[in-house]
Formats: sequence, C-alpha cells, structure tokens
Amino acid sequence: MALKIVKGSIDRMFDKNLQDLVRGIRNHKEDEAKYISTCIDEIKQELKQDNIAVKANAVCKLTYLQMLGYDVSWAAFNIVEVMSSSKFTYKRIGYLAASQCFHESTDVIMLTTNQIRKDLSSPNQYDTGVALTGLSCFVTPDLARDLANDIMTLMSHTKPYIRKKAVLIMYKVFLKYPESLRPAFPRLKEKLEDPDPGVQSAAVNVICELARRNPKNYLSLAPLFFKLMTSSTNNWVLIKIIKLFGALTPLEPRLGKKLIEPLTNLIHSTSAMSLLYECVNTVIAVLISLSSGMPNHSASIQLCVQKLRILIEDSDQNLKYLGLLAMSKILKTHPKSVQSHKDLILQCLDDKDESIRLRALDLLYGMVSKKNLMEIVKKLMLHVDKAEGTTYRDELLTKIIDICSQSNYQYITNFEWYISILVELTRLEGTRHGHLIASQMLDVAIRVKAIRAFAVAQMATLLDNAHLLTGNTQRNGICEVLYAAAWICGEFSEHLEEPMVTLEAMLRPKVATLPGHIQAVYVQNAAKLFATVLRGHEGVPADSMVAQETSQLLIDRLPLFVQSSNLEVQERASCILQLVKYIQKLQQKDVEVAEEVTALFAGELNPVAPKAQKKVPVPEGLDLDVWINEPPSGSESEDEGRKSKGKAVFAKEESRHTKPRYTEVDEKELAKRREVRKAEQANNPFYIKASPSSQKVYQDGVGVEHIPVVQIDLSVPLKVPDQYVKLEEERRERNKADKKKKKDKKKREKGEKGRRRRGDSGPESEEDITPAHMVDIVTEEMPENALPSDDDDKDPNDPHKALNIDLDKPLADSEKKLPVRSHRPDEVLKSPMEDRQVVEVVPEPKKKTGKEKKEKKDRKKSKEKKKKHKQEEEEDLMGAGSEEPVQPEETKEVAAPPPASTPEASDLDFWLSNAPVPSNPQAAAAPASTPRTASGMAAVAPDSEPEEAKDTEPEETKSSTHKKKKQKKEKKKKKHHHNHSDGAGDESVQNGTVEEEEPLPPMSNYALLAENSYIKMMKQDADKVCDIQGNLQDGSQVVVSVIFENKCDSFIKSMEFNVLDSLNSKLQRPDGAGPHDGLIVPFQLPPGISNEARFIFSVQNIVMPQKLKGTLTFIVKTDDSSTHEKLDFKLHFTCTSYLITTPCYSDAYSKLLESGDLKGCSLKLEGVNQPFHHLLARICFHHHFSVVERIDSCASMYSRSIQGHHMCLLVKTADQTVSIDAKCDEPGLLGNVLDEIKLTFSQC
Amino acid sequence: MIKAILIFNNHGKPRLSKFYEHYSEDTEQQIIRETFHLVSKRDENVCNFLEGGMLIGGSENKLIYRHYATLYFVFCVDSSESELGILDLIQVFVETLDKCFENVCELDLIFHVDKVHNILAEMVMGGMVLETNMNEIITQVDAQNKMEKSEVRL
Repeated sequence: MALKIVKGSIDRMFDKNLQDLVRGIRNHKEDEAKYISTCIDEIKQELKQDNIAVKANAVCKLTYLQMLGYDVSWAAFNIVEVMSSSKFTYKRIGYLAASQCFHESTDVIMLTTNQIRKDLSSPNQYDTGVALTGLSCFVTPDLARDLANDIMTLMSHTKPYIRKKAVLIMYKVFLKYPESLRPAFPRLKEKLEDPDPGVQSAAVNVICELARRNPKNYLSLAPLFFKLMTSSTNNWVLIKIIKLFGALTPLEPRLGKKLIEPLTNLIHSTSAMSLLYECVNTVIAVLISLSSGMPNHSASIQLCVQKLRILIEDSDQNLKYLGLLAMSKILKTHPKSVQSHKDLILQCLDDKDESIRLRALDLLYGMVSKKNLMEIVKKLMLHVDKAEGTTYRDELLTKIIDICSQSNYQYITNFEWYISILVELTRLEGTRHGHLIASQMLDVAIRVKAIRAFAVAQMATLLDNAHLLTGNTQRNGICEVLYAAAWICGEFSEHLEEPMVTLEAMLRPKVATLPGHIQAVYVQNAAKLFATVLRGHEGVPADSMVAQETSQLLIDRLPLFVQSSNLEVQERASCILQLVKYIQKLQQKDVEVAEEVTALFAGELNPVAPKAQKKVPVPEGLDLDVWINEPPSGSESEDEGRKSKGKAVFAKEESRHTKPRYTEVDEKELAKRREVRKAEQANNPFYIKASPSSQKVYQDGVGVEHIPVVQIDLSVPLKVPDQYVKLEEERRERNKADKKKKKDKKKREKGEKGRRRRGDSGPESEEDITPAHMVDIVTEEMPENALPSDDDDKDPNDPHKALNIDLDKPLADSEKKLPVRSHRPDEVLKSPMEDRQVVEVVPEPKKKTGKEKKEKKDRKKSKEKKKKHKQEEEEDLMGAGSEEPVQPEETKEVAAPPPASTPEASDLDFWLSNAPVPSNPQAAAAPASTPRTASGMAAVAPDSEPEEAKDTEPEETKSSTHKKKKQKKEKKKKKHHHNHSDGAGDESVQNGTVEEEEPLPPMSNYALLAENSYIKMMKQDADKVCDIQGNLQDGSQVVVSVIFENKCDSFIKSMEFNVLDSLNSKLQRPDGAGPHDGLIVPFQLPPGISNEARFIFSVQNIVMPQKLKGTLTFIVKTDDSSTHEKLDFKLHFTCTSYLITTPCYSDAYSKLLESGDLKGCSLKLEGVNQPFHHLLARICFHHHFSVVERIDSCASMYSRSIQGHHMCLLVKTADQTVSIDAKCDEPGLLGNVLDEIKLTFSQC
Repeated sequence: MIKAILIFNNHGKPRLSKFYEHYSEDTEQQIIRETFHLVSKRDENVCNFLEGGMLIGGSENKLIYRHYATLYFVFCVDSSESELGILDLIQVFVETLDKCFENVCELDLIFHVDKVHNILAEMVMGGMVLETNMNEIITQVDAQNKMEKSEVRL
C-alpha cells in the first residue's frame, strides 16, 4: 500500500499539470489536435490511478480542454470521484469540472446527491460554498427535490457567505422543482431584511427574477420593496428593485402613483448613471401604466425626456444607446414629448455605430405624423442611398415600409407618393425584401380604390422595365415585386391606358427566366389583359384587327410557357393557350366573345384578414377530434402510410389534381396537405396575404446564370418621388385655402383634384391635412362571430410557467413540508428541519377540501403555530396592523374563520389606496384632516392644531389660514371619499369578493402632527418592526412615518427632526450621535412638494401610552434670504399602536382562551348606531385586530402586541349597544387599549 | 440573468467560457466564434451593447462587452439585468483579477483559467450576481487559497 502511494507520487512528478498542458498546446500550434489527443490519452491513464491528486490534476486539465470544445463527458464518473475528495483543493476542482460539463442528461448526476448533501452540511463554509456554486450550474429536478430542504436550512446559516449563496440558488431550485416555491417563500421573504447586505441583495435578486415572469403574484410585496427602495443605499439592490417595480406597475397603477415621487427624487439626487437610467425607465413604465394625459405627470415626462436627451447627447456611446432605448418606451404613450427631439434622433441616424442607428430607426417609427411623414421618409431614402452594408440598408427598407404602413396607413395622406416610394425602393440592389415591397404594393392597390389607376400605371412601367430588376438582383428576390406588378396590371387592367403594351411586356421571352410562381402570375394575368383588350376593341370594325393581332400574339408567345418546367406555369399556359386558340376561331367568324372572356375574370376580390382563417368558429356539433371514419387498423395503416407518402410527393407537385381521400388521412398526410395548401395559396394571386411572413422566398428559375446582364441607367422611369412630394405640398396648401373658404362644405370635396390654387402657408396642424384620395381603405374581412382577441400562446416550454404560483395564499398542511422521497430517507438531517418548518409555517386557511380534516388532526401543533405569528408580523410590515377595512365581510362570505385569507392583498390595497399621492399634496392632506382619523398612534386631535402652530405662525395670518384650512377640509373629504370608492372597485376585483351594498366610511392612518404656514407634518400610523433578531424584550421598535409637506412658496431645506427621549422611548439615532442630537431629514422640499421620512423609535414598556415632545427645525430659503424656523409637535404613542394585526385560527384561539393565562376586562358602548361590519372594520383598522370568527352580531377578534401579549376580544351588539369582553395576559395594556377603543367610538 | 460569460482574445481564442445554460461543446464553440465575430468587427468608440440576435436564447438577450488590451470580456444577459450595471460588473471583475494576479495580463488567464473560474464563482453564481463588492470577493478568494495552501503542506 505504502509502495503504491510512493509510486503514485513519483508518477505524479512526471505528470503534466494544467500549465504544462497549456504550454504544450501553445508549442504545438501546427498539430494541435494531434497533441491534444495524446494528452487525452495520458489523462485517461491518469484517471485510472488510485491517487486522488493525480485524478484531480487530470480533471483540471479536462476542464480546460472542455473550454476548447472537447467533449469530456466520458470522464463524468471521475469528476464525481474528485468532487467527493475530502480535500477542499480537489473538491473545488471536481465541482468546477462538474459545473462546466454536467447537465440534466448526465446520468452520474444521480450519484452525487448524497455527496452534495454532505458537503452542504460540512462544517467548513467553503466546502458548502463550493458545493452550492457547483450545484447552481447543474441542478436537476431530482437534485432540486432531494436537496431543497437542505438548501432551505442553509438560508438561515450563521455565516452570511453561505446564506447569500443558499438564497441565490433557491431560484434554480424553484425552476427545477416548482413545488418548493411556496414552502420556501416565507423564508426567502425574510431574507429581504437580512442584516447582511449581500444576503439582502441575493434575496432581492431572486425575488426580482421570479416576479419578472409572474409579476402579479408578487404585488403584495410592493410595500416591502418600497421600504427597501427608500432605505437601501446599495445601487445594485436599488436597480433590481426599481426594475421590479417597472414590471409591477402595469398591474397596479396606484403603485405607480406612489412611486413617482421617490423615483423623481432619486433621479435628482443620484450620481450613478446606471441607477438614474433605471429610475427613468421605471418612471416611464409608471407613466405608461397611468392613464395618459394626466396633467400632474407631464412634469415627470418632461423630466424623463430631458434626462434622456442629456444621455443621448452625451459623448459616451453607451449612454446614447440607452437613452434612445428608453426614449422608444416613452414613444408608445407620449409620442408628442419625443417628437420635439426629432432633430436629435435624426442626427443619431448618422452615427457611425450601427447599434445606435438601429435604435434611432426604432424611434422614428413612432415619431411620424401626417405632417412629417414625407419629410422623414425622404431623409431615410437618403440614408438608403448612402448606407453601406446590406443589413443596415435592409433594415432601413423595412423601417420605411413599417413607418408608412403602420396602423392601417394612418399617416399616409397621399398614396401616389407612397406608391412612388415603393417603386423607388425596387431600385435597391441586393435587398432581401422584395416580397415585402410586393405585398405592400398589392395591399395598397387592393385596399385603396382611388389609387388603382395610378398604381396600375406605375406597375406597367415596372413591368416594362422588368429586365432591370431581373438582371443583377435576381438572387436577392427583388423580382418579387414583378409578381405584384403583374397581378395589379392584370386585375385592374381596366385602368391601363395601353393594355397592349403591357401585354406585350408580360409575354417577353425573358419572362421565362423568372421564378416559376411569378411566371404563373404573368400567364394568368396576361389572360386578364387579353380580356380587357378584347373588350376595348370589339364592336369597332377597324379595331377587330387589333383584337385578332392580340390573339395571335398570345398564340405566338404562350408556347414558351407551355414548355416551362414549372407545373403551375405549364398548366396555366396550356389552358390559356387552348382558350385563346378557340377565341381566335370565333374571332375569325366575327363572333363577339369579349363579354364571355371577361366573365372568366369577373368578380371583386376582398382582402381577408391574416388571422381570419384561424378565427372561423367551429360550428356547433362539429368535433374536429372525432374520426369521421374508423381509423384503419395497425398493419393496414402502415401500408397506407407508405402509399399516402408516395401520393403526397405527387400531391405536392400537382395538388389540384389529387382528390383528397379523407378516409386515408393520417397525421403526416395532414401536415403535408397543409404544406401543399400553403404553397398553393402562396402561388395563388387570388389569395391575398397581408403578412409578409406568409410569403415564401422562392427558388430561382433554372438557367439564369447564362443570360447576359445589361446595366442600364435607371434614372428616367423609376426615379421620381420628388415630384409627388411637391404635388402633395401644393395640394395641402390648396386644401387649406379651400377649407377657409368653404368651411361648411362636405369633406369629400376637399379630396378632389386640382392643383393650381395657392393658399397662405404656415404651420399646419394634423387635422388640417386631408388625404388626397378619399382613402377608401377596405378593411380586412373576418368571419362572423370571430373572437376579437388573439390569444397568442406563450411558449409552453417556459419553465417559469410552472412558477406561476399564488404566494399569498397561506400554506396548507400538506405544503408545510417539502415532499421528500420516501425511499431515500435521511432522518438525521431532516428532523431538525421539520421542527423549524412547523415554527415557520404561515397559518393556513380552512379549506373546503379534505385538508380540513387534516388540520384537525394537527391541532396539537397549534400552540407551536403561535410562534409563527412572528413571521406574519414581518409580512405585514408596511400595512402594519392596518387590516383592510373590508376584511369582516370577506370572512363572512367565506363562512370560515381564517382572517388570513388574503391579508396580504388587502394590506396592499390598503397601502395603495390610503397612501398619500406625494405629487398631489391635496390628496395627501385629505386623510389627515378627516376628523375620524384618530387612529393608531395618531392622537394629535385636529383642534389642537392652532395651539401647536402658534409658536411660529404669525398672528395675523393665523385665523385666515385656519379658515382656509377648514374649507379645504370639506373639499378634501369629498375627494378622499371618491378615491376610496375607486380603490374599492379594484379591491373587489382583486380579492374576488363582492362588497356589501353599504360602503364603508373612509378611514385613514395619517394624522396631522403639526403645521405652520411653512410646513405641514403628518404622521402615518406607525409600523412596528420587531427586532429581526427576535429580541423581543428590549428590541421592540416602532417606525413612525412622517410626511413633510411644503406649504409655502419657498424652498425648505436642512430639516432636522428631534424628539426629547423619555425613559421608555428613544429615537434611534445613528452611531456616534449624542442623545439630544436631531436627525437630519434626508431630503429638501421644493414649494408644494411633500415627501415622507421614517423614524425608528425603540420602546421598552408598551403597557402605557405616552407622548413625546419634538421639534422640527428647518431653513426657509427665498430668493434673497433664508430664515431659520422651527415647529414643535407631540408624538402620541397609543397602546394600540403597539398591537400588530395577527391572524389567528379559531382552534388556536379557543386553546388560548382555555389556557386560563388571560385576565378579563369588559367594556360597554352605548348609542353606537353603525352597522356591525363597520364597527368591526373600525376596530380592525384603528386598533389592529383581526376577526377570528363572526356569527351574526357577535364576533371574536384577536391581536398581539409587539412584545408577544395576546389580546382577545368578544364583540357583541344589540340595540345600539356594543359590549366588548376582552382578555389579555397584560391587564394594564388591555385597559388602555379598551379606553382607546372607547375613545374611537365616542368620536364618531 | 446572465446567460454566459466569455473571455477571448483579439484572435477569438477562448480564455474562459462560462455558460449558465447547457449547450453541447460544439454549440458552445460556435457561440464563442459568432460572438467574437460580432464583437471584433466593432470599432473602439462605439457602444458596448450589442443585440445578440439568435445567439443565445433569442432577441431578449444582449451582449455587453468590454475590450481590455488583448482581451474581450463579454457578458450575455437578458433584460432583467441593467446594462450599465453589467458594465460596472465587468470592471469589478477585471479589477479583481488585477488584484489577485497582480497586474493581470492575458498570460495569467491562459495558464490559470481555474483560478479565474474560482474568482468568477465568487461574483456570479448560476447566472445571478452574487457579490459586487471587490474587497469581499478578494477576502473570500484569499481565504480559499489559503486553505488550499494549508492542505498542500499537509
């Protein structure tokens, strides 16, 4: 054995290490492949040895070779061996190799489960780290399922290094094993507030990834993220959160309103370009989600556009690019604001950087109007001429067509101009987009009736010059336009001035070099032209010769096509040839045939919407999946399959001759037929395709190469659009003059031609420009009863689809644990996990399913469940105990006690609906001045305002402002009520509940703190945060949100917030600050602006309410001077503000009451004449209770203090008398809370 | 999400490739080649973003790259990443390499690709940004290297 080891290490001395390998490869540049193959042989030898060091070295080299493109999957087992080494050095090599080359179909992966589990629980944090990193690259559904529990445990590891990795990898686990999302989510959410910034950032990262794909499930986290956004200083985290908000706002416009202010502040304050850019982006998303045209937001749009302009003008190309990118988002909803920067964007078209040019092109799309379309397209045409490189030129071409054809040719006033542009585009050499131009020509000619004469004339010219197109550019498909040209000339031949000339052009021998499908159209349309010629010349004796000559022409020329190798051409040609021969005979007998020939092509063609076919509803009683005839039996079908295959080959060529035999249809056959039908449709000029994608690029005809190509100067026939531009300008001016003169004349007359008169020039508005033609844009036909929306299905393979899981729904019993495969038990590791989970799990709702039974069994656990309420607190952070007022109804309707049914959603609603809209100070002020708002900590009664303000308010203004305020109050009340009902509408949609007929009175959690002529402070109902460490005894915190609103016309800055600490409550100051130092408010206030700041207090004893005196000092800065001002206020901490809305089950509740630990107390309220559900809502809202159960006019309620006191209420009502029986383990607290409840009801 | 991180030199020789989605070795090489082709034909003074097209995963993705001396650092990311943020991240990555290798040059990457992988693993994990603080990254890398050294001594 010892010998073996010695031998191994001696061998090792001669082994190549990675550096040697690299050096060797560099020295063998000539025969690299050969050298590497010998190296691989050596590696194979090394892997056979027992020495793990040798193996690790070999695996390390393999990792390098893998990067060079060598398949090393054969060494997968050896990699696993190295992974399981006890030495970190080798382990790391093994995991790196695994992460580079393992994937889901690597079969040895299943051998790694236990090894990885061992590494995850290793005492060495780097073993764990390396395993997590590796796992993140090769996790499979099996691994995810087996290891989810272990990783979840690691999310609470003591080392932040492990925590952040565990949090991050959870995303991969969710993707592979979606069932783990719900059980793991509460802990993941917890990590958003991890003390370590790295862990926090990882959690934000994961939730952002999740939310990006299924945003609506994460809406309820908005308050939490909002808090993070206003408190975090980590730009990475901020960027992620801001991006997340961008994804959430489309779902919830109210969120957008709340975001604008803080985002605007960030835009002004940040120096990081990346952050600024993302802020702008999200503000844009907000503005898009809000109904446009709200006057309040025009400032925000202007700000964004302004900032973007700065970016675009920057010399840094990156910023320029991003600026344009963001600009294109604004464009969709606020094109006007972007249009004013047209100059800048056109300038970017000249940029040397293609990325930037393409972005600028994108922008142009939305910037056109009727007025500037021609000008912009003219510019683009110039660029087309200048452009080097076909990709960019093709891009320009498609953009021109996109721009012009957008929204049903909305911006085109002169189709003559557009046709001429299309014709000029055909001059482009080497473009791939011939079919695009062709389909535009067809579309315009068919749908704009008035343009047909002009279009036909242009197309005739095009046909006449067809040799120019076919000559040098045939490979690139520009000849596709001839397809359109021929069809238009044939179909609308009545508009042709010289049909004979065109007919001759269409029958030139060179046509035979065109691709088959185009020839076919030529032949068919030659017949149409022939019919037109006949009709034109018959009846006039002198012309009968012309008619006969025409017949002769066809008879002479068509045989060329009869010989065509393309079946379609051949068939059509021989048909028509026979027809013409017959006609010629009749002509010689002087029989009039024109009528009959024309009848062959009679009938109007209507455009059909591209999706029309798909939209045809399945008639009632027709089941498309049912066999019409019994399917053939096994052996037969094989035989048939072969037969039909053979037939299908035939059918492909000559589909129209094959009569489909439905009895023999099988899948393949159907697919083939579909193909055939598509091909047929593409070839069929009568089948109009609006979407370019449905057109195929056809192969070249045979024998093109040998045809001599002649370059001919094109300038005469094809170039011209300028003249149309001029004509159009003249027309517009004339129109304007017309309009002035005969205002009452019908609009139709304005479209008439006549181009002499000149009117006065000047800026035109959009509406002034009337289209040259009465553009009868024929709308595309759709079948009756077609469904309007097209549910374009998403990718069914998207792994994120499986993660669309409602996370707000509390966990059911069955979900408490992650399912673990039973045949691979790992008891030692699992059991501590289980305990933890029980503690962790969020209370579950009673479900009507069988789960209810399970729950009963689990009653024993209910005590433990109590602990989990701690977690609920965190979830409720923002809404902090402010239970949604509608809650009672909801629970009643569900007829089951769980108050947790949608606490998050309703909290969110609440957060959104009652939140101040900072950009709208009135609305923000509204809640404050409602007299009923003595909620939560709010105790500064409105009548004490003047007193508060006295110190600083000048005597003479005092009374007047006071009056004004009162008037305002009235207004605000109304307004607020209105807002509320809006919100309620949303609620009912979101929660899926219907509100009761009687709307609840508005309630708010903001109360006026103090105000003077300069500034107004409002305090939000406090949010309570328990110390995350769970140090409930002395770590209890209360967060007070204060809104500062600048009421004067001057700038307010240097605000300092200070509170005189009491023994019990202390304002938390930053480290190093003395106990009497004030806190600097982290923003300044321009006139009329309000903003919110949060202050954290630590509270020791929560049994008694208390008041804290405080002062706000600030500087009022006017143009010429600045004055120091101060404002005194009192913060009232009521006892209810220490309560946290905590849901509770009825079983846990009864257990609690039975325990006998609680002391009782009761309260009677007389003369309360509000409905019972209002009453409950009021208690829930103002005093942070939740309804446990409600039966008729009796309800039990529960709440919990931040220090863990349970508080139970039994509320009964009868004849305007409300009796409340209360129990709590802290009688002092209970007494105070009851007093406060009494106060609440005496006020209303 | 970051889909892939590629480092190659001015001639398209790969110096590091890290794919966060699985591709076959051939596809990986093809992606590296195409990316090199796209990136190398761009001038020095143009923007650092490229719409990757069909390269990895489709049009949602972008290539964000930086060119340092003889090396291109290319990150292929989807729309959830901030463009400028990733540029900063590349800068952090390069600065970290510079600290760890003391005046990093292409040769360091050629001969110590495993070390580069280890450094990268402290920054990006499974396609998600793990750490952006350079000091923290270096602390962790150093601690692991120290551990490796102590094992060798044993």
